[in-house]
Amino acid sequence: MSSAKMRTPLGRVRGRGAAHSGTSTFWHQRLTSVAGLPLTIAVIVIAVALLGRSHAATVQILGSPLVAIILLLFILNTAYHGWIGVQEIIIDYVHEEKLKLLATIGNVFFIFLAAFAGAFAVLKLSFGV
Amino acid sequence: MTNFDVGAAAARRPRPISPHIQVYRFMLTYLMSGLHRITGFFLYFGFALVVWWLVAAATGPNAYAAFQWFIGSIIGELILLGYSWALIHHMLGGIRHLIWDLIYGFEPADREMLALATIIGSVVLTILLWIVGFLAMGGPR
Repeated sequence: MSSAKMRTPLGRVRGRGAAHSGTSTFWHQRLTSVAGLPLTIAVIVIAVALLGRSHAATVQILGSPLVAIILLLFILNTAYHGWIGVQEIIIDYVHEEKLKLLATIGNVFFIFLAAFAGAFAVLKLSFGV
Repeated sequence: MTNFDVGAAAARRPRPISPHIQVYRFMLTYLMSGLHRITGFFLYFGFALVVWWLVAAATGPNAYAAFQWFIGSIIGELILLGYSWALIHHMLGGIRHLIWDLIYGFEPADREMLALATIIGSVVLTILLWIVGFLAMGGPR
């Protein structure tokens, strides 16, 4: 964005919304929603296929490359989608600045914890260490 | 993602705000808008359930048995039922939003049709998914 250099500091920040980050989150939310459709359907199919199976069979299927790749993409995509979505809810309903700060931190911590734990589990299942 | 350092300019001029829930007349599209957000919020915490499932499988047979016990209990099954419906409803609601993003479906009749398709579709697909699930449970291992 070369035009950014031509703008004054006030012009750059004006109208960027309650998140102070412009329209990039709007675009990322759409991007992850489009990606989420096939990924979520695939994960539902995987989950149904694993219903009632033994632990050994489950581990084998979850760790197979195609399933693991789908699961990893699903985890990262869903985590980012949920991060943006809940941040939007916080912006809309939490108006007290310190509480908003706390909720925002909680959102980031929860997302990173869930995404890293899920991704690590899939990698462990895949590499079997 | 969020910058809390609101400048002096923003402090002087109040930010524009949009009208809130109570000013709108209740209708189906209103309900679907609210449900999209509520299901999304519910799914956020349901994500932890998916992570628990994967971590339990990676940890070992005992941890996986504990997860299976929970998800097979009445409370677990109710949560799973709610999660699966919320997931499908949020997906259909998302498709509805993507249709709007492409500037289709804004006429009153279209909006009503999309709202109806979202709620009816989510209930029907959830029932179908659970029928398939029960068949899979009873099928050969």
